[in-house]
Amino acid sequence: MRLKKLSLGVVAAVTAVLLAGCGGSPAEQKAAGPAPTDLKANITYGYWDANQTPAMDKLIADFNAKYPNIKVTSQVTPWAQYWTKLQTQASSNTLPDVFWMNGPNFQLYASNGQLAPITPLVDSKQVDPANYPDALNKLYSLDGKQYGVPKDFDTIALWYNKKIFAEAGVAVPTNDWTTAEFKTAAKTISDKLKSKGIYGVATNLVGGQEGYYDSILQAGGNVISADGKTSGYDDPKSIKGLQLWADLIADGSSPNMQQMSDTPANKWFDNGKAAMIWTGTWMVSEVNASPVKNDVTVVPLPKDERAATVIHGIGNVVSAKTPNMQAAQAFQAFLGTKEAALAQATMGAANPAFNGTQQAFVDSVPSFNIQVFEDAATKYAFPFPVSKNTAAWNQLEATLLPDAFSGKKPVGDVAKDLATQMNALLAKEK
Amino acid sequence: MSLNTVAKAGAPGRAPAGRRASRLGRSNPDGIWPVVFVLPLFLGVAVFYLFPIIQTAYFSFTTWGVFGGSTFTGLENYSKLATDPQVGRALLNTLIYTVVVLAGVPIAVGLASLVNRPGLRFSKTYRTMFFLPYVAMPVAISMVWRMIYNGDFGVLNYFLSLFGILGPHWVSTDGLALISVALLGLWISIGFNMIILSAGLKGIPVELYEAASIDGASRFRQFRQITVPLLTPSIFFVMVITIINGFQLFDLLYTLLGTTNPAMARSQSLVYLFYNESFIQNDKGYGAAIAILVLVLVGIFTAVQFRFQRRWVNYV
Repeated sequence: MRLKKLSLGVVAAVTAVLLAGCGGSPAEQKAAGPAPTDLKANITYGYWDANQTPAMDKLIADFNAKYPNIKVTSQVTPWAQYWTKLQTQASSNTLPDVFWMNGPNFQLYASNGQLAPITPLVDSKQVDPANYPDALNKLYSLDGKQYGVPKDFDTIALWYNKKIFAEAGVAVPTNDWTTAEFKTAAKTISDKLKSKGIYGVATNLVGGQEGYYDSILQAGGNVISADGKTSGYDDPKSIKGLQLWADLIADGSSPNMQQMSDTPANKWFDNGKAAMIWTGTWMVSEVNASPVKNDVTVVPLPKDERAATVIHGIGNVVSAKTPNMQAAQAFQAFLGTKEAALAQATMGAANPAFNGTQQAFVDSVPSFNIQVFEDAATKYAFPFPVSKNTAAWNQLEATLLPDAFSGKKPVGDVAKDLATQMNALLAKEK
Repeated sequence: MSLNTVAKAGAPGRAPAGRRASRLGRSNPDGIWPVVFVLPLFLGVAVFYLFPIIQTAYFSFTTWGVFGGSTFTGLENYSKLATDPQVGRALLNTLIYTVVVLAGVPIAVGLASLVNRPGLRFSKTYRTMFFLPYVAMPVAISMVWRMIYNGDFGVLNYFLSLFGILGPHWVSTDGLALISVALLGLWISIGFNMIILSAGLKGIPVELYEAASIDGASRFRQFRQITVPLLTPSIFFVMVITIINGFQLFDLLYTLLGTTNPAMARSQSLVYLFYNESFIQNDKGYGAAIAILVLVLVGIFTAVQFRFQRRWVNYV
């Protein structure tokens, strides 16, 4: 009971979480209906993107209009340290009450009992999963229970620079482009504009989201089986998808791995040194602030066997060990409302996940044709490849694949090696 | 006799007289006071150094869960350490880096004696210029050098292109990346080394040079036969520090190459491997074992240096 007295005396919510955690008696009360509006609590909200701080502050203010006595304190940690810090916080039971989660990390936290399921919110009709794209609900569900409320989503499309295409005398990409047409255009541009140091394409190959995950799916392969138990890297179709990037680098259509390490792919594109890039919704604000913003627009990714892109989104989750469960879940539910989605879209912060609220984001930069991303999500998006310990095999991808892309080793050999090692890791997951 | 005492006292670069050293061995006439005065420092060292070292040693025998909680697994981490091909590579890289940075010691000796030539104008300006890189933050320096080294748009390759040379990708090519980091480490260390060596130079009596000039010894011969031998205590100190710093290579490598660099796997140092295993892979037990390996290696290298110093260091 000494514990309770201490908690009352301590103002900072973080400290309260720490003490309750130490006592080993996390509050497990489940909200039967919406929390009473006079509920009094201090909670913390953890996220990584400082660009979205104005939007998050607005959401907190809107939330306080309804719950004036719940004080929400933001905890912004840059992406580079976010996961390291979150893991340390989880180890010491000091997780923020509500925080951003991503696909690759979700199952690790959910399967280790760090996250509170949203079941009570769904039962009391405060959150309706039908409001969000199905792929995102699945991304944040484990063993039939959903833990995250989708916040926003991103898909991948082909961004291109019209001016460079005109300069090289190459016809611009169409909505029905094939991989073969894409490769020819990239090669032609690189050859013609070599003297100016301009390349046909530059794509970020650190992590697969903006490149090889998509090309593997387009070729008809997969990164991981639907049940998340076996690697798809040794599938000949997957190998074909990986081969695309090795070919583009080998024939000079793209800067090589060293060049893209010294100068990241998006910088080549932003500065008019690459005609094309495969990348996502999050590039809207960056490209719109770059020197090439007036020459750029977006079309769907080229098709191979089929049209495909991965879809990914951030989810708002609640710590399973928060002593302020009711307040935290009230905030989580609010973040999932249409009102919150529209606020984010209007401020251009993110492409909201709530169905039918994306128009405001699409209209934020009309010349970019952002609608392409929304169509991709509904027509040909595939779930982001994850398993219980995604980070472990992501590390394998990062160490093994560069040798395949750079041409140091045959793509097929690397892919098979990767599949073997990845399967060994997947077998260790329970 | 005096050499032995110095080695044990661990105060290189100083040349205490034999009498002073022997007095320390006797019972202390000052009573408890020395202990009282040393206590605050000792407590700090105990809390922030000794205790973590002991804890790390213990952790190296445990395996950690994803979200904390550790179980004792005996020598498992050490057997992994012995068979992990990354460890051998990282050790080799650390040694290569250390050897390149050690090459900076003779350079610093040469520069220090040039800057300290009697009657040199602007000598303070020169000293400040050489010392500046050491004062600047390593991360800030790395950010600037990352731009200088940039393969496509960097100043260094632009400069080379003026002579028709196509420069390589300095920080993202296997093999070359480590050398680029080491050259930067060498450049940063020269300032610090020069300050230590300059202090040593000031301690050499001017009469020796005067006598040598009268005997007809050339400037170079004076350097070789007076300056270098009498500077050996300072050179020894600088070498010990350089090797210890070399083994701790992390920040320059991390900021200059970046975590996603394709050359990183073949350029990583022992401490980078420690960071990667502990905080990225979250295998803190294995990380602790690597940290202990680094500690033991630094201990061995330093002990060996102290053992062999009597063959070449002159304490007057």
